[in-house]
Amino acid sequence: MADPMRIRAKVEGGKTTVRVLMSHEMESGQRKDAAGKFIPAMHISEVSASHNGQVVLTADWGSGVAKNPFLQFNVKGGKVGDKVSVTWKDNKGDTRTDEAVVA
Amino acid sequence: MNKNVLLLATLGLTVMAAHAQKSEAIQSIEAYRAMLADGNPAELFEAKGEDLWKQKRGPKNVSLEQCDLGQGPGVIKAVFVTLPRYFPDTQKVQDLESRLLSCMETLQGFNAAEIAQTPFGKGEQNNLTALATWVAGESRDMKFNLPQGHAKEQVAYEVGKRLFFQRGGPHDFACASCHGLDNLRIRLQDLPNLIKNPGDGIGFAAWPAYRVSNGQMWGMQQRLNDCYRQQRFPYPGFASEVTVALGVYLGVNSQGSKSVAPAIKR
Repeated sequence: MADPMRIRAKVEGGKTTVRVLMSHEMESGQRKDAAGKFIPAMHISEVSASHNGQVVLTADWGSGVAKNPFLQFNVKGGKVGDKVSVTWKDNKGDTRTDEAVVA
Repeated sequence: MNKNVLLLATLGLTVMAAHAQKSEAIQSIEAYRAMLADGNPAELFEAKGEDLWKQKRGPKNVSLEQCDLGQGPGVIKAVFVTLPRYFPDTQKVQDLESRLLSCMETLQGFNAAEIAQTPFGKGEQNNLTALATWVAGESRDMKFNLPQGHAKEQVAYEVGKRLFFQRGGPHDFACASCHGLDNLRIRLQDLPNLIKNPGDGIGFAAWPAYRVSNGQMWGMQQRLNDCYRQQRFPYPGFASEVTVALGVYLGVNSQGSKSVAPAIKR
């Protein structure tokens, strides 16, 4: 099971800013190990975010995204107490969903 | 006469423009760092460390909650800014990481010598770094206040100071070669002057830190190890008297400065 994400969501001036830190190796598949063999790619391939159960963002990610990636986005509207949930899936089938309450 | 004045004025302008340009470059680096700090992945390691602290682990299957980091068993808040210090039970001056290692041995039954020899970023070393990250984070924005009352603490400071200035290796380098003057830098990296107090969140007050360029979380032990690597010295032992003494020297010099750990680095 993957480590938890850190999600912060804050409403300000009619929009909700969501900041997400994901814990993931994001192995690109381009690197070689000590024996000279390629380390197989292992990275997040799909990200989706929802606001009160409604999907507001989907993204296809690849090997170019950094280790332990940081994602920030804005949602129009939103109020204190709303729920924001983020899910990622990686190319090895591992997945993780975490939820945060808008502050 | 007029011509000379004009020439001087022009020269002055050029110098000023060059100066402004330099500070602009540094400003934009600072803006970049501020952007990074907004989503510091060190938070992930803090969460992991907190979990590890409470988890029953090791051959004895107990948690670290009874570990004494200097303010009594289980006290985490504000301990980081008082380390390294002398511990009567081990009769040694210890920094955060070496103290955690002692607790892992005495409380949980881990083999401390084995962990000390494990390369950084592998096995229990990873857990040790996460633990140090969490404990350090619990002293965020507090001021360094290392005790110097015990004779061994004073000796450690003096030993650390001598190590800091000890030149050697194929490059004839010392810590002081890079960190002994004001306004030095390597390319765009500012090098703090660690002979005196470098100020809030600089030098000793900025580690453990997350390094964006390689995605690794580093404690002070690894930072010092890397300094020796750059000097082409043999690596000092993990949690050894050498690295702890250097920690005392740097920590006492930073007395009164605020800790920003866990920080974020390029």
